[in-house]
Amino acid sequence: MDPYALKTLNAERRARRAAILVTDLGDGRDRIVREGDPVAGDLGAAIAKAFRTGNSGSVEAEGRTFFLNAHLPQPRLVVIGAVHISQALAPMARIAGYPLEIIDPRTAFATSDRFPDVALHAEWPEDVLKRQPLDSYTALAAVTHDPKVDDFALKAALDARCFYVGALGSRKTHAKRVERLLALGASADQIARIHAPIGLDIGAASPAEIAVAVLAQVVHAFRSRGLEAAASAPKSQSILEKHDA
Amino acid sequence: MENSIYLDEARDPLIIAEGWMKDGKDVAIATVVETWGSAPRPVGSHLVIDADGNFHGSVSGGCVEGAVVTEAIDVIDTGKARMLEFGVADETAWQVGLSCGGRIKVYVERLG
Repeated sequence: MDPYALKTLNAERRARRAAILVTDLGDGRDRIVREGDPVAGDLGAAIAKAFRTGNSGSVEAEGRTFFLNAHLPQPRLVVIGAVHISQALAPMARIAGYPLEIIDPRTAFATSDRFPDVALHAEWPEDVLKRQPLDSYTALAAVTHDPKVDDFALKAALDARCFYVGALGSRKTHAKRVERLLALGASADQIARIHAPIGLDIGAASPAEIAVAVLAQVVHAFRSRGLEAAASAPKSQSILEKHDA
Repeated sequence: MENSIYLDEARDPLIIAEGWMKDGKDVAIATVVETWGSAPRPVGSHLVIDADGNFHGSVSGGCVEGAVVTEAIDVIDTGKARMLEFGVADETAWQVGLSCGGRIKVYVERLG
C-alpha cells in the first residue's frame, strides 16, 4: 500500500468523509477515490455502487481485477425534539444501525428519565451544532413543532448537506416554515430537500408508528444517495446491474 | 467499536499502521478480499503487522491470524504482495455458532 494513500485514507475517515481505496490486485498499485471524484467506465460504475452500499469487493474492469475497499462514515441521526416520537425512535434507530442524538433546550422534555441510554442535549441546537457540526453522513429530523427550536437546525442541516432532512408538521405548517427558511437565506432547491410532512406514507397514526415511518425514510435516503445522477445516465445504470449479477 | 460515530483510534488497524509508519517501522497490511460461506470477518477487514510480529485488527475470529502474521513478515522482507486462502476449520466454526466452515481470501502487502 502506498503510504500516501494510507495517510489520505485516514485523514478522510477522521473527517467523516467517504473514500474508497482502489487496489489493482495484479500489480498492487493503489489510489484513493473520494465521493464525487469522476471515474470512467465499468470501474467508475462499480465505485459509485460501493459508495452507495458501503460494501467492499473485487471488480473486473479494463481486463484487470481491482479490489475496492469502501470506507463510509458511520451514518447517524440527530433529532431536534425530546418528544414522544423521539422516545420510540431512539431504540429503533439504534437497532437499525443509526446512532441517535437528541437535542431539545426544553429541560422538561429532555430528561434522562424519559430517555434512558440516549445521547441527550438539553441545550439549544445552535450551541450543540457549533460543537458537533452536521455533515453529509448525518440525518436530521426536526420534530418539536416549535420554529424557535427547529428552524436553525433545519437551515444548518441543509447547509451541511445532511443526507436526510425531515420536519414534522402538516402541509400548512410546512408552508409557513418555507417562508421562514427563505427569510433565513435558504434556497428553493435546498428547501425542496426537506421531507415534510415527515416520514414515509404508511398511514402512521401513533407516535411509535410515525417513528417507523421516519426511520424507513432515513434508511431510504441513505441507500439511494447518488441515485439521482445514475437515473439520468441510463448507460451507467445498466453497468451497475451487470455488477449485481 | 461498532456503530461509533468517530474512529476508535486506539484500536483502528489503519490508524495504528500509520502510527507505526511514522515511528519508522516496517509494516504489512492484510485485507480480507473475498469470503465464502460463514466467514467470521467481512470483506475489507484488516490485520496490520510490524516486522517484529506485533499485530492489530483481525481477518478471522482468531483462527488464521498466526499464519497471516508469519506470511506478513515474509512480505515485509521481500516487498512482494501475496494472496492467501484459508478454509475455516469446521470445528472452530461450530464453536462460534456458525453452521459450516467458511473460506476467506486475504491479500497481504507491504506498506511502502
